[in-house]
Amino acid sequence: MNTQTDNNNLFADQPWLDPERSPFVKIQSLTKTFGSFTAVSSVDLDIYEGELFSLLGGSGCGKSTLLRMLAGFETPTSGNIFIDDTDMSNVPPYQRPVNMMFQSYALFPHMSVEQNIAYGLKQDGIAKNDIAERVENMLTIVQLTQFAKRKPHQLSGGQRQRVALARALVKKPKVLLLDEPLGALDKRLREQTQFELMNIQEQLGITFIVVTHDQEEAMTLSTRIAVMDQGRFSQIGTPTDIYEYPETRFVANFIGSANMFEGRVVENGADYVTVKTVGSDLSFYIDHSAAVRENTAVWVALRPEKILVSATPPEEQSQYNSVEGVVDDIGYLGNFSIYKIRLANDKIIEITHPNQSRPKHGSHLAQWEEKVYLRWADHSPVLLTK
Amino acid sequence: MRDRFKKWIESSSAWESIIVAIPYVWLFIFFLIPFFIVLKISFAEYILASPPFSTLFSLADSGAMYMTVIFDNFIYLWEDSLYRDTYVNSLKISVSSTILCLLVGYPIAYGIARATPTAKKIMLLMVILPFWTSFLLRVYAWIGLLSDQGTINSFLMWIGIIDSPIKMLYTEFAVYVGIVYTYVPFMILPLFASIEKLDMTLHEAAADLGSRPFTIFRTITIPLTMPGIIAGSLLVFIPATGEFVIPDLLGGGNVLMIGKVLYSEFNSNQDWPIASAVAIVLLFLLVIPMMIYQKYQAKESSGA
Repeated sequence: MNTQTDNNNLFADQPWLDPERSPFVKIQSLTKTFGSFTAVSSVDLDIYEGELFSLLGGSGCGKSTLLRMLAGFETPTSGNIFIDDTDMSNVPPYQRPVNMMFQSYALFPHMSVEQNIAYGLKQDGIAKNDIAERVENMLTIVQLTQFAKRKPHQLSGGQRQRVALARALVKKPKVLLLDEPLGALDKRLREQTQFELMNIQEQLGITFIVVTHDQEEAMTLSTRIAVMDQGRFSQIGTPTDIYEYPETRFVANFIGSANMFEGRVVENGADYVTVKTVGSDLSFYIDHSAAVRENTAVWVALRPEKILVSATPPEEQSQYNSVEGVVDDIGYLGNFSIYKIRLANDKIIEITHPNQSRPKHGSHLAQWEEKVYLRWADHSPVLLTK
Repeated sequence: MRDRFKKWIESSSAWESIIVAIPYVWLFIFFLIPFFIVLKISFAEYILASPPFSTLFSLADSGAMYMTVIFDNFIYLWEDSLYRDTYVNSLKISVSSTILCLLVGYPIAYGIARATPTAKKIMLLMVILPFWTSFLLRVYAWIGLLSDQGTINSFLMWIGIIDSPIKMLYTEFAVYVGIVYTYVPFMILPLFASIEKLDMTLHEAAADLGSRPFTIFRTITIPLTMPGIIAGSLLVFIPATGEFVIPDLLGGGNVLMIGKVLYSEFNSNQDWPIASAVAIVLLFLLVIPMMIYQKYQAKESSGA
C-alpha cells in the first residue's frame, strides 16, 4: 500500500518513466506519404495523460502532418493511432475526442466570440443553459468576458488566440492539439502567453500536444519534446535531456547553439573518453563512457555558456579541455555578450558570457584581438556518434 | 482666370474629382435623364400625334405655365387584372429561375473554386464561352432542341420511351429552361469569387468541433458565401424579371411576362404613356430588392 503511493509520487511528474502506466496517445509505425514525398516516416510515440508534449522541428519536418493525422484531417498511409485505447483509423474528425487549435486560429468570422466558443457545444446537442454556463466559464478562464459580443475582426491578435484556445477547450477534449499556438504573437506577448497556456493546462489537466518550430517555446512549455527531422524523431526527452544530452548533431545544433568539433577517439576508459580533434592540438576529456571504439570518428558538442574565459593563463596546465585563442568579434546583447574566439587553426568558437557588472564598474571580459584562455569542465562536452 | 484653371488642373485633387465624377456623369446622362423622360411620359396622356403623348408643361395665353400630371395610367395598371397578373407571373418566373440558377450554379461554382489551378482556368473559360455566341442565336437553338420535331423529342421517340412528342416549346417550362440556361453564368461567377475566398481551415475547424459535412455547409459555407449568393441572385433576378426575348421566343403566346407587355404597348399599341407607366412600376419592383441588399451590406460592414 505504502509503496504504491510512493510509486505514484515518484512518477507523478514523469509518467513516461512509470512502467505501470499505459500511454494515453499511442502512435505505432505511422507513415504518411504525399506522392513520392514521405512526410512522416514510420514513427512510434507514446504520450501520457496530462502531458504537455511538443513536436519540435523546422518547416517540412512532418510535425504538422503528424498533428493533422491525430486530428483526422489526414489519413495515415500506414500505421495506427490509439487515443485512450481506441483505434482512430476509421473515426472521422468530427467524432474524435480531440480538438485542435489552428495556427491561423480559424475563428468563424461571421460569429461573435461567444458564438465561436459555443459552436462545438451546439454540435454535441448540449442543452442551451449548459452551453451558456460553459461558455461563460471558459470566457472567465481566458479573460475575455467583456469581449463576448465582439466579432473576431474586432479583436487583437492575443485576444483571438485566446478565443481559439477557449473554443477548443470548452468541449473538454481528451487531447488538445495546438498548431504553432503562439506563432502569430509578438515576442513579449508570446512569453506571457506561454505561462498562461501552462497554467490553463495544469488547471484543466487536459493532455496537450503542441507543434512548434520555436525551441524556446518548446523548452518552456513542455514536459517532453520530440525533435523531428525529415519525418522521423531525432530524439524524444525532457527539455533538460534534449538540451544537455543531445543524442545527434542535428539535435545539438537545432536546440540552442553548440560548438561542434570533429575528432577521433583516443582512449575509451571505464568512465571517461578522450578525443583528439582533427586539425588542432585541442583534446577533450569527457567524464562519461560511451560505446565507441578507439580511433572512430566522432563529434564533440560544447555549449557556448559552458566555456569559461579568462585573460590570464590558467595556473595548472592541462592537456585536456583547454585552448587559447584571440577575440575575433563581440556581440553585446545587453544581458549577455557573445564572444567569437579564433583558435590557432582559424576555427571560431562561440562563447556566451553574462554581463554581471556595468562597463563603468569593471570592463568587459575581453577586447577585440585580445588573447584569451578557454577551459571547461569535464562534464561539459557531449560526445556524439551520429 | 486661365492661370487658375491651369493650376487647378495640375493639382492632384482635380484629377481625383474628375475620376470620381466620370461614373456620376455617365449615370446622369444615360440613366437619370432617360428615367425622367420616361417618368414624364408616364404622367402624360395618349394622343394621336407624333410623338404619341400629351405634353406635361403648357403655356397659357397669359404667359403662366401649367403642368398637367395624369395618374390615369397607373390607376389603369392597377385596375386591369391583365397587368397585375403579368407582374405577378413575371416575378414568379424570375424568383423561381433565380432559385433554380442558385441550385444549379452553387455546386458548379464550388467545384470550380476547389479545382486545381489549371482545371479552374479551363472551367471558368467554359462558363464564359457561351457569351461568344449571340444570345439570340443561343435562344433560337433551344427552339430546335425543344420543339415537337426537335432533337430531344426525336431522340426520346427513337429510343422508344415515348410515342408522341412531349410539348415543351411554348410552355413555361421552356421559358425556365431558357432563363436558367442564359443567366446561370451570372450566378456562377460571383458565387465562384466568394467561394474561392473561403478559408478551408474554417471547414476543418468546424469538423474538428464536431460538425458533420452538411452542418458545416449550413453553418459555415452558406453564411460566409452570402455576399456571392446575393450578388448572383440580383444579377439573375433583375434581368430575368424584365426579360423579353426568352418568353417571346420560347414561351410564345402562352407565357405572360412584363417585358412582352411593355414591347407590345410601345410597338403594337403605340401607347407610350401606358408603356412608360409599366416600365416605371417595373423599375420600382426591381429597386426594392436592391435596397434590401444595400441595407444588408451596410449592416454587415459595420459589424454587430
